[in-house]
Amino acid sequence: MSLLTIDGVWKEFRGHSVLRGIDLEVRPHEVVSLIGASGSGKSTLLRCVNLLETVDDGAIYLDGEEITDPRVDVDDVRRRLGIVFQAFNLFPHMTVLDNITLAPRRVHGVAKAAAEEQAGDLLARFGLADKARSYPDQLSGGQQQRVAIVRALATKPRLMLLDEVTSALDPVLVVEVLQVIRELKESGMTMILATHEMGFCRDISDTVCFLEGGVMLEKGPPEKIFTAPEHARTREFLRAVLDSGRL
Amino acid sequence: MSETSEGWAKSERQRERERVRRSRARRSVSIAGASTVVFIVLVVVLVTNSPGWPRVQELFFNPEWFVKALPDVLSGFLLNIKIFLIAEPLILVVGVLVALARSITAPAFFPVRALATLYTDIFRGVPTILVIYLVGFGLPALRLQGIPTDLVTLGVIGLTLSYGAYVAEVFRAGIESVHPSQVAAARSLGLSHGKTMRFVVLPQATRRVVPPLLNDFISLQKDTSLVATIGPLEALRQAQIIAASAFNYTPYLVASLLFILLTIPMARFTDHLAARTRRRRG
Repeated sequence: MSLLTIDGVWKEFRGHSVLRGIDLEVRPHEVVSLIGASGSGKSTLLRCVNLLETVDDGAIYLDGEEITDPRVDVDDVRRRLGIVFQAFNLFPHMTVLDNITLAPRRVHGVAKAAAEEQAGDLLARFGLADKARSYPDQLSGGQQQRVAIVRALATKPRLMLLDEVTSALDPVLVVEVLQVIRELKESGMTMILATHEMGFCRDISDTVCFLEGGVMLEKGPPEKIFTAPEHARTREFLRAVLDSGRL
Repeated sequence: MSETSEGWAKSERQRERERVRRSRARRSVSIAGASTVVFIVLVVVLVTNSPGWPRVQELFFNPEWFVKALPDVLSGFLLNIKIFLIAEPLILVVGVLVALARSITAPAFFPVRALATLYTDIFRGVPTILVIYLVGFGLPALRLQGIPTDLVTLGVIGLTLSYGAYVAEVFRAGIESVHPSQVAAARSLGLSHGKTMRFVVLPQATRRVVPPLLNDFISLQKDTSLVATIGPLEALRQAQIIAASAFNYTPYLVASLLFILLTIPMARFTDHLAARTRRRRG
């Protein structure tokens, strides 16, 4: 059974359709990438899955349960999902450790000591052990984004949503964040990532989806999308990416 | 100075630049000093040569009455400090609660939100002195069980009602200044609205509103004298009593000086905090 099912989702902002009937299935341990130009609807789709946006039509199912039902407890759904944002969005008034243990302690009721031990393990795993007591503004962008990923992981989510997590980083820092995502895949984490890192996307994805104007024009394994795309628009997009030197 | 830690010797050109900068800085300081002295002398000459100066000096700057009034006004001033110290925490509590009430969006809390809005609208509109009058004379007149009749308590209630509305608005501005992405991050971790407020939004908002809050508290320190209007013997009231029997206004000068002595450290502290915040964001 699929872990997440997106069924004909529409989303409008002030009369302008941002998502126009998106369908997607994500199986456990699958890594799905969303590619496409800015404004194609990638981020909006992730925010709909996280219920930060309410869909205007269609439905989203998590573990077979419809989460777009207005009677569903949104906090309960979000407890099962982890999201990482382009701008990190760490809490600036808390140390790295407090950022990570906030949700386990205050939402999942884990005791302080246990939460901190678990956070310490995660930090060590991603090479951040010495940063536990630092504040976000004392870290580089890449370190901040790794902390944000650890923060999302600390609640043991069923599914991770990564929203252009490297777009605010310089090329050197991109590498360290991508390495973390690779590790997550190896550990079997199910992920949906919106990304502009085409080389990485090709490497890591099981399925690549090309979005344009809120429509999923093409979907398939990376070898197919990147070498033999069916749709003319996909070819144009990939050529543009190639010409800009980002592949 | 001329040699840095890495052993690089400053060039002749750079030394010349620094010499010019130092001499300019010295010149600025001397100009500022000279113009201050000139200004003070001008004001003193102007005031002391005015036709009414001997009379004003006698009425407002009488050393004899200054010494006589000081003990009573000072003891009254201790009451001002007491009122301030009691009212301040109460105002903070009211301010935070009202600001939070205005931020709740759940439909069941509509009456709470409406009430909080009504409260800030009313108490920001009514002059503090009127609030103190209404509370001081109006509340006891109800003759309800449990309503305090002590005038100082009533004065504190009046000040709290009036300033609570201002402080609530300061907190609300602070809450709204926290970027929505912080709320999105907290909510997506599964934190409820209440926990998001408590752990993420309020701590950040509070740090930002400290300078404007201190500004309101400086204002509160002097507005404690408004409580005089309903009777308690605080600094202003003491000064009034002495002035009325002595036909001399020097006691008011005493009271003013005491208030200034209290507010200036607070004002400098506020400036210091504001400067620190600027540096951090800088």
